[in-house]
Amino acid sequence: MNINFTLVMQAIAFFVFIVLTAKYVWPIMAAKIDARQKMIADGLAAAERGRSELANAEKQTAAVIAEAKAKAQEIVAQGEKFRADTVEAAKREAKVEADRIVAAAKAEIEQEVARAKESLRTQVSTLAVAGAGKILQREVDPQAHAALLREIQGQL
Amino acid sequence: MAEVTELTPSEYISHHLTFDTVGIFGHDATSFWAINVDTLVMTVIAAVISFGFLMWMAKKATSGVPSKTQAFVEHWLAVIDDSVRGIYHGDSKLVAPIALTAFVLVFMLNCFDFLPVDIMSWIYANVFHAHYWRSVPTADINTTFALALSVFGMMIYYSIKVKGLGGWGHELISAPFGLRAHWSAPLLIIANVLFQIIEYVSKPLSHSLRLFGNLYAGEIIFMLLGMLAAAAAGWAVVAGILHVLWALFHILIVLLQAYIFMMLSIVYISMAHEHH
Repeated sequence: MNINFTLVMQAIAFFVFIVLTAKYVWPIMAAKIDARQKMIADGLAAAERGRSELANAEKQTAAVIAEAKAKAQEIVAQGEKFRADTVEAAKREAKVEADRIVAAAKAEIEQEVARAKESLRTQVSTLAVAGAGKILQREVDPQAHAALLREIQGQL
Repeated sequence: MAEVTELTPSEYISHHLTFDTVGIFGHDATSFWAINVDTLVMTVIAAVISFGFLMWMAKKATSGVPSKTQAFVEHWLAVIDDSVRGIYHGDSKLVAPIALTAFVLVFMLNCFDFLPVDIMSWIYANVFHAHYWRSVPTADINTTFALALSVFGMMIYYSIKVKGLGGWGHELISAPFGLRAHWSAPLLIIANVLFQIIEYVSKPLSHSLRLFGNLYAGEIIFMLLGMLAAAAAGWAVVAGILHVLWALFHILIVLLQAYIFMMLSIVYISMAHEHH
Protein backbone atom coordinates (compact mmCIF):
# COMPACT_ATOMS: atom_id res chain seq x y z
CA MET A 1 0.00 0.00 0.00
CA ASN A 2 2.50 2.58 -1.13
CA ILE A 3 1.70 6.24 -1.05
CA ASN A 4 3.54 7.76 -3.96
CA PHE A 5 3.41 10.57 -6.48
CA THR A 6 0.23 9.07 -7.95
CA LEU A 7 -1.57 10.88 -5.15
CA VAL A 8 -0.42 14.26 -6.41
CA MET A 9 -1.23 13.35 -10.01
CA GLN A 10 -4.71 12.19 -9.07
CA ALA A 11 -5.31 15.37 -7.07
CA ILE A 12 -4.26 17.43 -10.09
CA ALA A 13 -6.52 15.33 -12.31
CA PHE A 14 -9.41 15.83 -9.89
CA PHE A 15 -8.80 19.58 -9.94
CA VAL A 16 -8.73 19.62 -13.75
CA PHE A 17 -12.02 17.67 -13.90
CA ILE A 18 -13.61 20.10 -11.43
CA VAL A 19 -12.52 23.03 -13.59
CA LEU A 20 -13.89 21.35 -16.73
CA THR A 21 -17.18 20.59 -15.01
CA ALA A 22 -17.49 24.03 -13.44
CA LYS A 23 -16.68 25.73 -16.72
CA TYR A 24 -18.03 23.62 -19.55
CA VAL A 25 -20.73 21.42 -18.09
CA TRP A 26 -22.60 22.73 -15.06
CA PRO A 27 -23.29 26.38 -15.97
CA ILE A 28 -24.23 25.52 -19.55
CA MET A 29 -26.63 22.76 -18.56
CA ALA A 30 -28.04 24.83 -15.69
CA ALA A 31 -28.62 27.78 -18.03
CA LYS A 32 -30.38 25.57 -20.56
CA ILE A 33 -32.55 23.96 -17.90
CA ASP A 34 -33.42 27.38 -16.49
CA ALA A 35 -34.22 28.65 -19.97
CA ARG A 36 -36.54 25.71 -20.52
CA GLN A 37 -38.18 26.25 -17.15
CA LYS A 38 -38.77 29.89 -18.03
CA MET A 39 -40.10 28.90 -21.46
CA ILE A 40 -42.54 26.42 -19.93
CA ALA A 41 -43.62 28.92 -17.28
CA ASP A 42 -44.12 31.58 -19.98
CA GLY A 43 -46.05 29.12 -22.12
CA LEU A 44 -48.32 28.22 -19.24
CA ALA A 45 -48.84 31.88 -18.40
CA ALA A 46 -49.64 32.62 -22.07
CA ALA A 47 -52.09 29.73 -22.16
CA GLU A 48 -53.71 31.04 -18.99
CA ARG A 49 -53.86 34.51 -20.48
CA GLY A 50 -55.35 33.11 -23.70
CA ARG A 51 -57.95 31.23 -21.69
CA SER A 52 -58.98 34.29 -19.73
CA GLU A 53 -59.02 36.36 -22.92
CA LEU A 54 -61.25 33.80 -24.57
CA ALA A 55 -63.57 33.88 -21.57
CA ASN A 56 -63.61 37.66 -21.74
CA ALA A 57 -64.34 37.60 -25.46
CA GLU A 58 -67.15 35.13 -24.88
CA LYS A 59 -68.56 37.36 -22.19
CA GLN A 60 -68.30 40.37 -24.50
CA THR A 61 -69.92 38.47 -27.35
CA ALA A 62 -72.78 37.46 -25.10
CA ALA A 63 -73.19 41.07 -23.98
CA VAL A 64 -73.18 42.34 -27.57
CA ILE A 65 -75.70 39.72 -28.63
CA ALA A 66 -77.94 40.54 -25.68
CA GLU A 67 -77.71 44.24 -26.49
CA ALA A 68 -78.50 43.61 -30.12
CA LYS A 69 -81.48 41.49 -29.15
CA ALA A 70 -82.75 44.19 -26.83
CA LYS A 71 -82.28 46.82 -29.50
CA ALA A 72 -84.07 44.70 -32.09
CA GLN A 73 -86.95 44.21 -29.72
CA GLU A 74 -87.03 47.92 -29.05
CA ILE A 75 -87.06 48.65 -32.76
CA VAL A 76 -89.86 46.18 -33.31
CA ALA A 77 -91.80 47.71 -30.46
CA GLN A 78 -91.18 51.18 -31.83
CA GLY A 79 -92.29 50.05 -35.27
CA GLU A 80 -95.46 48.57 -33.83
CA LYS A 81 -96.12 51.68 -31.83
CA PHE A 82 -95.46 53.84 -34.88
CA ARG A 83 -97.83 51.74 -36.93
CA ALA A 84 -100.48 51.96 -34.25
CA ASP A 85 -99.93 55.69 -33.94
CA THR A 86 -100.13 56.14 -37.70
CA VAL A 87 -103.31 54.14 -37.92
CA GLU A 88 -104.75 56.08 -35.00
CA ALA A 89 -103.75 59.38 -36.54
CA ALA A 90 -105.20 58.37 -39.88
CA LYS A 91 -108.39 57.35 -38.17
CA ARG A 92 -108.54 60.63 -36.32
CA GLU A 93 -107.83 62.59 -39.47
CA ALA A 94 -110.40 60.59 -41.42
CA LYS A 95 -112.94 61.24 -38.68
CA VAL A 96 -112.16 64.94 -38.68
CA GLU A 97 -112.39 65.00 -42.46
CA ALA A 98 -115.63 63.06 -42.34
CA ASP A 99 -116.99 65.43 -39.71
CA ARG A 100 -115.94 68.37 -41.80
CA ILE A 101 -117.56 66.91 -44.90
CA VAL A 102 -120.71 66.12 -42.96
CA ALA A 103 -120.71 69.62 -41.45
CA ALA A 104 -120.19 71.20 -44.88
CA ALA A 105 -122.96 69.09 -46.33
CA LYS A 106 -125.21 70.04 -43.48
CA ALA A 107 -124.39 73.73 -43.92
CA GLU A 108 -125.07 73.46 -47.61
CA ILE A 109 -128.30 71.70 -46.94
CA GLU A 110 -129.24 74.39 -44.49
CA GLN A 111 -128.24 77.02 -46.97
CA GLU A 112 -130.27 75.23 -49.60
CA VAL A 113 -133.19 75.07 -47.22
CA ALA A 114 -132.81 78.76 -46.42
CA ARG A 115 -132.56 79.57 -50.03
CA ALA A 116 -135.61 77.44 -50.82
CA LYS A 117 -137.45 79.07 -47.95
CA GLU A 118 -136.43 82.47 -49.21
CA SER A 119 -137.57 81.73 -52.72
CA LEU A 120 -140.65 80.10 -51.34
CA ARG A 121 -141.36 83.16 -49.27
CA THR A 122 -140.89 85.43 -52.29
CA GLN A 123 -143.05 83.18 -54.33
CA VAL A 124 -145.64 82.96 -51.60
CA SER A 125 -145.75 86.74 -51.31
CA THR A 126 -146.00 87.08 -55.08
CA LEU A 127 -148.63 84.37 -54.97
CA ALA A 128 -150.38 86.19 -52.16
CA VAL A 129 -150.31 89.47 -54.04
CA ALA A 130 -151.53 87.72 -57.17
CA GLY A 131 -154.19 85.92 -55.07
CA ALA A 132 -155.23 89.17 -53.45
CA GLY A 133 -155.34 90.88 -56.86
CA LYS A 134 -157.61 88.18 -58.13
CA ILE A 135 -159.80 88.45 -55.10
CA LEU A 136 -159.96 92.22 -55.31
CA GLN A 137 -160.32 92.10 -59.11
CA ARG A 138 -157.86 94.79 -59.45
CA GLU A 139 -154.28 95.33 -59.76
CA VAL A 140 -152.49 95.48 -56.48
CA ASP A 141 -149.51 97.66 -56.58
CA PRO A 142 -146.75 95.79 -54.87
CA GLN A 143 -144.98 99.05 -54.29
CA ALA A 144 -147.86 100.46 -52.45
CA HIS A 145 -148.09 97.51 -50.21
CA ALA A 146 -144.43 96.79 -49.94
CA ALA A 147 -144.40 97.32 -46.26
CA LEU A 148 -147.32 94.93 -45.80
CA LEU A 149 -145.73 92.31 -48.01
CA ARG A 150 -142.48 92.50 -46.16
CA GLU A 151 -144.37 91.94 -42.95
CA ILE A 152 -146.01 88.86 -44.41
CA GLN A 153 -142.70 87.68 -45.69
CA GLY A 154 -141.28 88.12 -42.26
CA GLN A 155 -144.05 86.06 -40.74
CA LEU A 156 -143.40 83.16 -43.07
CA MET B 1 -4.69 -17.55 -16.50
CA ALA B 2 -2.62 -20.38 -17.83
CA GLU B 3 -0.01 -20.10 -15.08
CA VAL B 4 -2.56 -20.33 -12.27
CA THR B 5 -1.63 -23.92 -11.50
CA GLU B 6 1.96 -22.88 -11.07
CA LEU B 7 1.07 -20.10 -8.62
CA THR B 8 0.30 -20.50 -4.97
CA PRO B 9 -2.88 -18.70 -3.88
CA SER B 10 -0.94 -15.94 -2.16
CA GLU B 11 1.18 -15.42 -5.28
CA TYR B 12 -1.98 -15.22 -7.37
CA ILE B 13 -3.50 -12.61 -5.08
CA SER B 14 -0.37 -10.54 -4.77
CA HIS B 15 0.12 -10.65 -8.51
CA HIS B 16 -3.33 -9.17 -9.00
CA LEU B 17 -2.72 -6.58 -6.32
CA THR B 18 0.54 -5.23 -7.71
CA PHE B 19 0.46 -1.86 -9.40
CA ASP B 20 2.30 -1.04 -12.59
CA THR B 21 4.61 1.35 -10.74
CA VAL B 22 7.28 3.35 -12.50
CA GLY B 23 9.89 5.46 -10.72
CA ILE B 24 10.22 9.04 -11.85
CA PHE B 25 13.07 11.56 -11.73
CA GLY B 26 15.52 8.63 -11.53
CA HIS B 27 14.07 7.32 -8.29
CA ASP B 28 13.24 3.75 -7.43
CA ALA B 29 9.69 2.44 -8.02
CA THR B 30 9.29 1.82 -4.28
CA SER B 31 10.08 5.42 -3.28
CA PHE B 32 7.56 8.28 -3.08
CA TRP B 33 8.79 9.51 -6.45
CA ALA B 34 6.97 6.88 -8.44
CA ILE B 35 3.65 6.76 -10.23
CA ASN B 36 1.13 3.99 -10.68
CA VAL B 37 0.73 4.06 -14.44
CA ASP B 38 -2.30 1.77 -14.37
CA THR B 39 -4.19 4.02 -11.94
CA LEU B 40 -3.48 7.15 -13.96
CA VAL B 41 -4.27 5.58 -17.33
CA MET B 42 -7.54 4.09 -16.11
CA THR B 43 -8.48 7.45 -14.53
CA VAL B 44 -7.81 9.25 -17.79
CA ILE B 45 -9.87 6.70 -19.73
CA ALA B 46 -12.78 7.07 -17.29
CA ALA B 47 -12.51 10.86 -17.38
CA VAL B 48 -12.38 11.06 -21.16
CA ILE B 49 -15.48 8.89 -21.41
CA SER B 50 -17.51 10.59 -18.66
CA PHE B 51 -16.46 14.24 -18.85
CA GLY B 52 -16.19 14.06 -22.62
CA PHE B 53 -19.77 12.82 -22.67
CA LEU B 54 -20.90 15.55 -20.28
CA MET B 55 -19.18 18.33 -22.23
CA TRP B 56 -20.54 17.00 -25.52
CA MET B 57 -23.99 16.88 -23.90
CA ALA B 58 -23.67 20.44 -22.58
CA LYS B 59 -22.77 21.62 -26.06
CA LYS B 60 -25.53 19.67 -27.76
CA ALA B 61 -28.20 20.25 -25.11
CA THR B 62 -31.20 22.29 -26.08
CA SER B 63 -33.48 24.36 -23.91
CA GLY B 64 -36.35 23.10 -26.06
CA VAL B 65 -37.63 19.54 -26.03
CA PRO B 66 -34.75 17.42 -24.66
CA SER B 67 -33.59 14.15 -26.15
CA LYS B 68 -33.73 11.05 -23.95
CA THR B 69 -29.98 11.22 -23.40
CA GLN B 70 -30.25 14.84 -22.35
CA ALA B 71 -33.14 13.99 -20.05
CA PHE B 72 -30.95 11.30 -18.46
CA VAL B 73 -28.10 13.77 -17.86
CA GLU B 74 -30.48 16.44 -16.61
CA HIS B 75 -32.05 13.95 -14.22
CA TRP B 76 -28.69 13.26 -12.57
CA LEU B 77 -27.83 16.94 -12.52
CA ALA B 78 -31.12 17.57 -10.75
CA VAL B 79 -30.42 14.78 -8.22
CA ILE B 80 -27.03 16.29 -7.41
CA ASP B 81 -28.41 19.83 -7.40
CA ASP B 82 -31.12 18.80 -4.94
CA SER B 83 -28.56 17.09 -2.71
CA VAL B 84 -26.36 20.18 -2.71
CA ARG B 85 -29.28 22.55 -2.04
CA GLY B 86 -30.48 20.33 0.79
CA ILE B 87 -27.16 20.44 2.63
CA TYR B 88 -25.22 23.46 1.46
CA HIS B 89 -26.65 26.92 2.12
CA GLY B 90 -23.63 29.03 1.25
CA ASP B 91 -23.43 31.05 -1.92
CA SER B 92 -20.49 29.41 -3.67
CA LYS B 93 -21.44 28.39 -7.20
CA LEU B 94 -18.61 25.86 -7.19
CA VAL B 95 -20.00 23.30 -4.76
CA ALA B 96 -22.48 21.74 -7.17
CA PRO B 97 -19.85 21.23 -9.92
CA ILE B 98 -17.48 19.78 -7.28
CA ALA B 99 -20.19 17.36 -6.18
CA LEU B 100 -20.96 16.41 -9.79
CA THR B 101 -17.28 15.85 -10.55
CA ALA B 102 -16.75 13.76 -7.42
CA PHE B 103 -19.82 11.65 -8.12
CA VAL B 104 -19.13 11.03 -11.79
CA LEU B 105 -15.43 10.40 -11.31
CA VAL B 106 -15.79 8.03 -8.35
CA PHE B 107 -18.65 6.21 -10.04
CA MET B 108 -16.73 5.72 -13.28
CA LEU B 109 -13.57 4.58 -11.47
CA ASN B 110 -15.60 2.19 -9.33
CA CYS B 111 -17.20 0.76 -12.46
CA PHE B 112 -13.87 -0.68 -13.57
CA ASP B 113 -14.48 -3.23 -10.82
CA PHE B 114 -16.98 -4.89 -13.17
CA LEU B 115 -14.21 -5.85 -15.54
CA PRO B 116 -13.49 -9.55 -14.93
CA VAL B 117 -10.09 -9.65 -13.18
CA ASP B 118 -8.57 -12.70 -14.86
CA ILE B 119 -9.73 -11.96 -18.41
CA MET B 120 -8.53 -8.38 -18.07
CA SER B 121 -5.14 -9.41 -16.71
CA TRP B 122 -4.77 -11.80 -19.68
CA ILE B 123 -5.60 -8.91 -22.04
CA TYR B 124 -3.23 -6.55 -20.20
CA ALA B 125 -0.45 -9.14 -20.34
CA ASN B 126 -0.91 -10.37 -23.91
CA VAL B 127 -2.28 -7.33 -25.73
CA PHE B 128 -0.61 -4.45 -23.88
CA HIS B 129 2.34 -6.44 -22.51
CA ALA B 130 1.72 -5.09 -19.04
CA HIS B 131 2.47 -7.82 -16.56
CA TYR B 132 1.13 -5.92 -13.57
CA TRP B 133 -1.97 -3.86 -14.15
CA ARG B 134 -4.85 -3.05 -11.81
CA SER B 135 -8.13 -1.94 -13.31
CA VAL B 136 -9.77 -0.09 -10.41
CA PRO B 137 -8.19 3.27 -9.55
CA THR B 138 -10.42 3.67 -6.47
CA ALA B 139 -8.88 0.48 -5.06
CA ASP B 140 -5.62 2.44 -5.08
CA ILE B 141 -5.21 4.32 -1.80
CA ASN B 142 -3.44 7.11 -3.72
CA THR B 143 -6.62 7.92 -5.61
CA THR B 144 -8.93 7.96 -2.62
CA PHE B 145 -6.44 9.98 -0.57
CA ALA B 146 -6.01 12.38 -3.47
CA LEU B 147 -9.77 12.94 -3.70
CA ALA B 148 -10.28 13.14 0.07
CA LEU B 149 -7.33 15.49 0.56
CA SER B 150 -8.61 17.70 -2.27
CA VAL B 151 -11.93 17.94 -0.47
CA PHE B 152 -10.01 18.55 2.76
CA GLY B 153 -8.17 21.40 1.03
CA MET B 154 -11.50 22.89 -0.11
CA MET B 155 -12.73 22.60 3.50
CA ILE B 156 -9.79 24.65 4.76
CA TYR B 157 -10.16 27.08 1.84
CA TYR B 158 -13.84 27.71 2.49
CA SER B 159 -13.29 27.91 6.27
CA ILE B 160 -10.76 30.68 5.82
CA LYS B 161 -12.76 32.34 3.04
CA VAL B 162 -15.97 32.49 5.06
CA LYS B 163 -14.62 33.16 8.56
CA GLY B 164 -11.35 34.85 7.72
CA LEU B 165 -7.98 33.58 8.90
CA GLY B 166 -8.57 35.01 12.38
CA GLY B 167 -12.05 33.55 12.65
CA TRP B 168 -10.80 30.16 11.60
CA GLY B 169 -7.86 30.33 14.02
CA HIS B 170 -10.19 31.38 16.81
CA GLU B 171 -12.43 28.45 16.02
CA LEU B 172 -9.47 26.07 16.26
CA ILE B 173 -8.85 27.04 19.88
CA SER B 174 -12.43 27.78 20.99
CA ALA B 175 -14.54 24.92 19.59
CA PRO B 176 -16.06 22.63 20.76
CA PHE B 177 -15.62 23.45 24.50
CA GLY B 178 -15.65 27.24 24.26
CA LEU B 179 -13.24 29.74 25.72
CA ARG B 180 -13.61 31.60 29.03
CA ALA B 181 -11.58 34.21 30.86
CA HIS B 182 -10.84 31.80 33.69
CA TRP B 183 -7.87 29.96 35.10
CA SER B 184 -8.96 26.93 33.04
CA ALA B 185 -8.49 28.78 29.73
CA PRO B 186 -5.18 27.07 28.77
CA LEU B 187 -6.69 23.66 29.50
CA LEU B 188 -9.70 24.48 27.36
CA ILE B 189 -7.45 25.61 24.53
CA ILE B 190 -5.47 22.38 24.68
CA ALA B 191 -8.64 20.29 24.72
CA ASN B 192 -10.16 22.29 21.86
CA VAL B 193 -7.06 22.05 19.69
CA LEU B 194 -6.86 18.32 20.32
CA PHE B 195 -10.45 17.84 19.35
CA GLN B 196 -10.01 19.97 16.26
CA ILE B 197 -6.98 17.93 15.21
CA ILE B 198 -8.93 14.71 15.67
CA GLU B 199 -11.79 16.15 13.64
CA TYR B 200 -9.56 17.38 10.85
CA VAL B 201 -7.62 14.12 10.66
CA SER B 202 -10.62 11.84 10.90
CA LYS B 203 -12.54 13.53 8.11
CA PRO B 204 -10.19 12.82 5.18
CA LEU B 205 -9.19 9.48 6.67
CA SER B 206 -12.72 8.14 6.93
CA HIS B 207 -13.64 9.80 3.64
CA SER B 208 -10.87 8.05 1.72
CA LEU B 209 -10.63 4.76 3.60
CA ARG B 210 -14.36 4.07 3.32
CA LEU B 211 -14.20 4.22 -0.46
CA PHE B 212 -10.88 2.43 -0.67
CA GLY B 213 -11.97 -0.33 1.70
CA ASN B 214 -15.18 -1.05 -0.15
CA LEU B 215 -13.57 -1.25 -3.56
CA TYR B 216 -10.48 -3.10 -2.36
CA ALA B 217 -12.62 -5.67 -0.57
CA GLY B 218 -14.80 -6.03 -3.66
CA GLU B 219 -11.77 -6.69 -5.80
CA ILE B 220 -10.36 -9.24 -3.31
CA ILE B 221 -13.64 -11.14 -3.20
CA PHE B 222 -13.65 -11.38 -7.01
CA MET B 223 -10.12 -12.78 -6.81
CA LEU B 224 -11.04 -15.25 -4.07
CA LEU B 225 -13.94 -16.47 -6.20
CA GLY B 226 -11.51 -16.82 -9.09
CA MET B 227 -9.30 -18.99 -6.88
CA LEU B 228 -12.28 -21.03 -5.81
CA ALA B 229 -13.11 -21.62 -9.48
CA ALA B 230 -9.56 -22.85 -10.07
CA ALA B 231 -9.83 -25.45 -7.31
CA ALA B 232 -12.01 -27.97 -9.15
CA ALA B 233 -14.63 -28.18 -11.91
CA GLY B 234 -17.48 -28.45 -9.39
CA TRP B 235 -16.24 -25.41 -7.51
CA ALA B 236 -16.04 -23.50 -10.76
CA VAL B 237 -19.83 -23.70 -11.13
CA VAL B 238 -20.38 -22.54 -7.54
CA ALA B 239 -17.81 -19.79 -7.98
CA GLY B 240 -19.47 -18.72 -11.23
CA ILE B 241 -22.85 -18.35 -9.53
CA LEU B 242 -21.32 -16.50 -6.57
CA HIS B 243 -19.40 -14.33 -8.98
CA VAL B 244 -22.62 -13.25 -10.68
CA LEU B 245 -24.32 -12.58 -7.35
CA TRP B 246 -21.39 -10.56 -6.04
CA ALA B 247 -21.23 -8.61 -9.31
CA LEU B 248 -24.93 -7.79 -9.02
CA PHE B 249 -24.48 -6.70 -5.41
CA HIS B 250 -21.46 -4.73 -6.50
CA ILE B 251 -23.60 -2.56 -8.77
CA LEU B 252 -25.22 -1.27 -5.59
CA ILE B 253 -21.87 -0.80 -3.84
CA VAL B 254 -20.35 1.04 -6.77
CA LEU B 255 -23.24 3.47 -7.02
CA LEU B 256 -23.69 3.80 -3.28
CA GLN B 257 -20.01 4.51 -2.58
CA ALA B 258 -19.93 7.14 -5.29
CA TYR B 259 -23.05 8.73 -3.79
CA ILE B 260 -21.67 8.56 -0.25
CA PHE B 261 -18.40 10.09 -1.37
CA MET B 262 -20.24 12.94 -3.05
CA MET B 263 -22.54 13.53 -0.07
CA LEU B 264 -19.64 13.57 2.40
CA SER B 265 -17.82 16.04 0.17
CA ILE B 266 -20.83 18.36 0.25
CA VAL B 267 -21.27 17.86 4.00
CA TYR B 268 -17.63 18.61 4.79
CA ILE B 269 -17.58 21.69 2.59
CA SER B 270 -20.83 23.01 4.05
CA MET B 271 -19.58 22.27 7.60
CA ALA B 272 -16.62 24.50 6.80
CA HIS B 273 -19.13 27.34 6.28
CA GLU B 274 -20.70 26.96 9.70
CA HIS B 275 -19.76 29.20 12.57
CA HIS B 276 -19.38 27.55 15.93
